[in-house]
Amino acid sequence: MTRVYADLHLCQDCDKVEQFSRVVSKASKLGYTLIAVPFRKFSEEQIRQVREICERTGVDFASRVDLRPHTPEELIHFLRKLRRRFEIIAVMCESKSVARQAAKDRRVDLLNFPQPDFRRGFFDAAEAELASNCLASLEVDVKPLLTLEGPARIRLLSSLRREVATAREFHVPVVISSGVSDDMLMRRPKELAALASLFDLSGVHGQEAVSKNPAAIVKRNREKLGSKFVAPGIRIIRKGRDC
Amino acid sequence: MKAVKRRYLAVAIDSHETVCSRDFMDAVWASVSRLFGEYGASQAGLSLIDFDEGRKLAVVRTGHKTLDMVRTALASVTQIGKKPVALHVLAVSGTIKALHKRLDERLIS
Repeated sequence: MTRVYADLHLCQDCDKVEQFSRVVSKASKLGYTLIAVPFRKFSEEQIRQVREICERTGVDFASRVDLRPHTPEELIHFLRKLRRRFEIIAVMCESKSVARQAAKDRRVDLLNFPQPDFRRGFFDAAEAELASNCLASLEVDVKPLLTLEGPARIRLLSSLRREVATAREFHVPVVISSGVSDDMLMRRPKELAALASLFDLSGVHGQEAVSKNPAAIVKRNREKLGSKFVAPGIRIIRKGRDC
Repeated sequence: MKAVKRRYLAVAIDSHETVCSRDFMDAVWASVSRLFGEYGASQAGLSLIDFDEGRKLAVVRTGHKTLDMVRTALASVTQIGKKPVALHVLAVSGTIKALHKRLDERLIS
């Protein structure tokens, strides 16, 4: 069985159709079979259009939204409003209280910790334990690794190494995404896995972070959003008079 | 003395502009030493075997123990001589002959 390689964080503006098509075809050329693009607002028409472009190129597409709430209450409000509309929900944790709420909410798929400020690394043991009890994964964007240099990159690597070690200790899946908007910063899945070795996520774990883990999130959410889903482990097989 | 196992990497240079072999190797060396230090770079045993400016393809040799290190360093290169580039490893092999065979198969598929 061929491996599904996924990039769940391609930061592209879907309004610029030509540029977006070019990026999708580049992603396909680089070996990705599943991509996700964050949308700023929910528009069924735009999602359908983007899905069509991806289908033409032979790439599977998942809709995603990046939430940047200021308070836990705001996060709950967003989740109630958007969970049924997007296949992937990522939370950019910019405060500790939001990070904690996101980790314990089963509706959140990805926990992303914007990296440049290493003091804002809220992914500690308590956060990891909450995330492991729910279904949230830790998302690591590779973009800052490529753009930062010198002491800033050293601090970033140190912080990522600590976060990934904590995630592995508590069996929280790690997802590696590109997080890039410039197509020259796009890398092959194996290259993302190679870059992950810089923060001690090497070998099989690095490969899983770009293939199995992101694909599992999309598969699970598609099942949940499907009309046959009732509850985890329960789904409608058939309907009729004798049921 | 134990023979050193070598690995040959075919590297595609993704850039809108032309890149010369010297700038390419300078960028690779700089990337290896930035990420792994001079000690790591000295273990890599990097050398440029072939460079096709027209096809934007380079063949680089390294040791099999330092393959992952070189892969990481290649992936982290973002510019060569202030020109934005991306380096992609197309194939890896133990001999140049097998590397070219793999590249040909890739082109056909």
